[in-house]
Amino acid sequence: MISTQIQTAAYLFASILFILSLGGLSSQESAKHGVFYGIAGMIIAVLATVFGAGVEGHIYIIVAIAIASVIGIIVARKVEMTAMPQLVAILHSFVGLAAVLVGFGSYLDPATHLLQGSEHNIHFVEVFIGVFIGAITFTGSIVAWGKLDGKIRSKPLLYTGRHLVNIILVTTSIVLGVLFTMAEGNEGLPFLLIMTAIALFIGVMLVMAIGGADMPVVVSMLNSYSGWAAAAAGFMLGNDLLIVTGALVGSSGAILSIIMCNAMNRSFLSVIFGGFGEVQHGSAEDMVGEVTSIDHEAAAEMLKDAQSIVIVPGYGMAVAKAQYPVHDMVDILKKAGKQVRFGIHPVAGRLPGHMNVLLAEANVSYDLVLEMDEINADLPKTDVVMVIGANDIVNPGAEEDKTSPIYGMPVIQVWNARNVIVMKRSMAVGYAGVQNPLFYKENTDMLYGDAKESVDKLNGFLRQG
Amino acid sequence: MKVGIPKEIEPKEFRVAATPKTVNRLIKQGFDVFIQKDAGLKANFSNESFKAAGATIVPSATEIYKDSDVVLKVLAPKAEEIELMKEGLVLLSYLWPAQNPDLLKKLADQKVNAIAMDAIPRISRAQKMDVLSSMANIAGYRAVIEGANHYGKFLNGQITAAGKVDPAKVLVIGAGVAGLAAIGTANSLGAIVRAFDTRLEVAEQIQSMGAEFLSVDIKEDGATASGYSKVMSKEFIDAEMALFKAQAAEVDIIITTAQIPGREAPKLILEDHVKVMKAGSVIVDLAASTGGNCALTKNDEIYTTDNGVTIIGKLDQLPNQASQLYGNNLCHLLDDMGKAENFKINMEDDVVKRAMVTYQGKINWPPEPLPVSPQKPKVEEPVVSPEELALAKVKAAKQKITSMVVKLSVIGLFLFLLGKVAPSDFMGHFTVFVLAIFVGWQVIWNVSHALHTPLMSVTNAISGIIITGGLLQVNNDISSPMTILAFVAILVASINIVGGFFVTHRMLKMFKK
Repeated sequence: MISTQIQTAAYLFASILFILSLGGLSSQESAKHGVFYGIAGMIIAVLATVFGAGVEGHIYIIVAIAIASVIGIIVARKVEMTAMPQLVAILHSFVGLAAVLVGFGSYLDPATHLLQGSEHNIHFVEVFIGVFIGAITFTGSIVAWGKLDGKIRSKPLLYTGRHLVNIILVTTSIVLGVLFTMAEGNEGLPFLLIMTAIALFIGVMLVMAIGGADMPVVVSMLNSYSGWAAAAAGFMLGNDLLIVTGALVGSSGAILSIIMCNAMNRSFLSVIFGGFGEVQHGSAEDMVGEVTSIDHEAAAEMLKDAQSIVIVPGYGMAVAKAQYPVHDMVDILKKAGKQVRFGIHPVAGRLPGHMNVLLAEANVSYDLVLEMDEINADLPKTDVVMVIGANDIVNPGAEEDKTSPIYGMPVIQVWNARNVIVMKRSMAVGYAGVQNPLFYKENTDMLYGDAKESVDKLNGFLRQG
Repeated sequence: MKVGIPKEIEPKEFRVAATPKTVNRLIKQGFDVFIQKDAGLKANFSNESFKAAGATIVPSATEIYKDSDVVLKVLAPKAEEIELMKEGLVLLSYLWPAQNPDLLKKLADQKVNAIAMDAIPRISRAQKMDVLSSMANIAGYRAVIEGANHYGKFLNGQITAAGKVDPAKVLVIGAGVAGLAAIGTANSLGAIVRAFDTRLEVAEQIQSMGAEFLSVDIKEDGATASGYSKVMSKEFIDAEMALFKAQAAEVDIIITTAQIPGREAPKLILEDHVKVMKAGSVIVDLAASTGGNCALTKNDEIYTTDNGVTIIGKLDQLPNQASQLYGNNLCHLLDDMGKAENFKINMEDDVVKRAMVTYQGKINWPPEPLPVSPQKPKVEEPVVSPEELALAKVKAAKQKITSMVVKLSVIGLFLFLLGKVAPSDFMGHFTVFVLAIFVGWQVIWNVSHALHTPLMSVTNAISGIIITGGLLQVNNDISSPMTILAFVAILVASINIVGGFFVTHRMLKMFKK
């Protein structure tokens, strides 16, 4: 048993450790220590809570944590880096679920109903908001997980009048909230349950309406929600540590969403309310020029002749799990004395920073992996750019064609390089449904086929010397 | 289908419209190839090499013109050649339709379907058939070689045991295909290259080839929709002349490539310019055949002026190389027209309908214009005076302050109202909440983009802190709904904590230098 003051001090210390943990992520070196700050903070927080006043049922706590630890470690060990977006999404759903459960628990706590006046009202509002955000996070994340895992079609599900339906649902929830706050004793429970059902439904519909390539924004947004849900739980329990942590996570997710939206030149609202996949099938500008394709041998020759090479990976590389052969290729090319680097667009992949993790997994040195702004300046001096499974993020239409739906989105200007090899399965349009004038440029050659097989074949030719 | 290649009858023409390599390609396309005896000799292609490639050697041009369905030529046919042509023959050749109306009439009267290779529109799709580009490329290369030949020194700078040699300075005027080829060649020989063009859009291309882009202080863009340059204003030309004069005194080799289709070449290097040049320096004038860019150029002649400047108005064509590229251009066009099997004159096709200058006895010239520009025209930006700009800035600043004041007032009012109704406990928590958002905001913006995925998984882990909610709610009675809910909450939150930290650690370990 420790005193409340000590507990508060421990929480403060844990908060500091969490902030340091996040701060550590400013560079690859400090990040490795950062995780341990986070772990230490978590242990301190849990111990301070468990040994605090009024905690009972230690045996259940130990059982729950033990089961969860086994599950957590197994999942975390087994997960493939290509499946990181799914893991992150499902973990968000857990936070959402926990927030819902804690909200209900708090409501069912007999002590809650001893509150009077404004304290009563504020507390009920807190419970209500906490459950609402938690429920949206819960189902939204599950749908996001399903979409990322290919269990649910990633095409946006859009129906007319969906904005109206959403407005009605939110308004109903607010009305239910008022009724809930005014209800006596446990009479408010039905309102809370109905609202939870509505929030669960909103969560599903919200993410169903969003398409595959917008997933980085959605996952960031759900990350943010899970933080706000935790913060709301902190308010209802009067726990500052939860509030601080929730606010940190919430703002982190919000910032990631902003970065992702900027990288796509889209407003946050337009992503959330969907409607991206609706209109733009076929851009207004007719394509000039013709598409030329080359075979693997010719592509390998081009690489052999090149001095500087930049590789621009996209989601296609993750799907084909091509990061390992790509790493082999980088090794071969570097041994031949060539400069090889990677250019990463902020929204490449399905998760912020996803490409970086995949390349790190394949042992690619992070010195070689540059951001869009860093690489764009060097592209005019580059001999060959290889685009692996990326489309919209290298679309010159974003800069040149005012009628293009992605006009204004910052892109990697691969066409400035002397030669561009685009690895692609077929000539299908990218996620945004926009034709890519890059493919029609004279210095662009298409190399059709599965990314992994293609890179393997290239490696074969490159090894022949 | 039969493709015939006659020998060029013009004595000064060394090229031939096919080489053994292109014959090979034509046969692969399904054509039967007939070539006149000795057609390739002047370009160093023997009869045997054509035979080996699969062509049939024919003794005279008469058979070629009588039997072939398609005839490939370099220079426009002369009257005596046209007379030999059969009706419906498809002729691929240089024709210069704008300058040779009589020729077109003769061809139309003979019912020859003539494609002017020099009239292939300059669109991206047709680049592989663009003979002007491929020939200009050779001319640009050759201009540097010829210039270097007459320039009595090294082009590259050297530091030798015998002393230091400064690199030669080369000025290239006009950065079309020939100009860019000249820049590239001179640059690779080690010279210091400067280039001038009235079209501002080519500055980047010039720099990418390794030359310095010279410009005058007058803002005027010479680019036109056709891709060629227009005639510039008087002020511009004056400034240009002053620039050339200053450069002429300094550089060692000047290569001029400025030509305007269907007109006399603009005079860019005047007599005074030549006078200030150093003895031993060289002018290579690629526009000699259309009057020359240099006032002193003599077409088809190489001579030295009184002050020791060599002016070259005649260039070797590199017939072997030129024939090969020209032949390739022709192969591409035939490929595009459907090869032997599906050979068709498609007058709907953008390329064919513009280059087909005579068709079924009618003259099909000039074609409708097709605007092509390598880059999109720039949108004129409205001119804003500095005063207006300053005013706008002040206005914007004022607006910013106003909106800031409004925002802060709203926030202040909200906090005041909140303070009025909320209990003190809540205000304490709220303070912590808002400050934590600010801290989070500052910290997260510093996170490296490359670490965004680890950021998400670590925030996942620490948002598992919601476990404390469950911990506070669990009690000794496992059958109470509250405990059950709390138990599940602890379970899922712990998965988050353990899984999140573990996977983050695993990921960060992978980031290696």
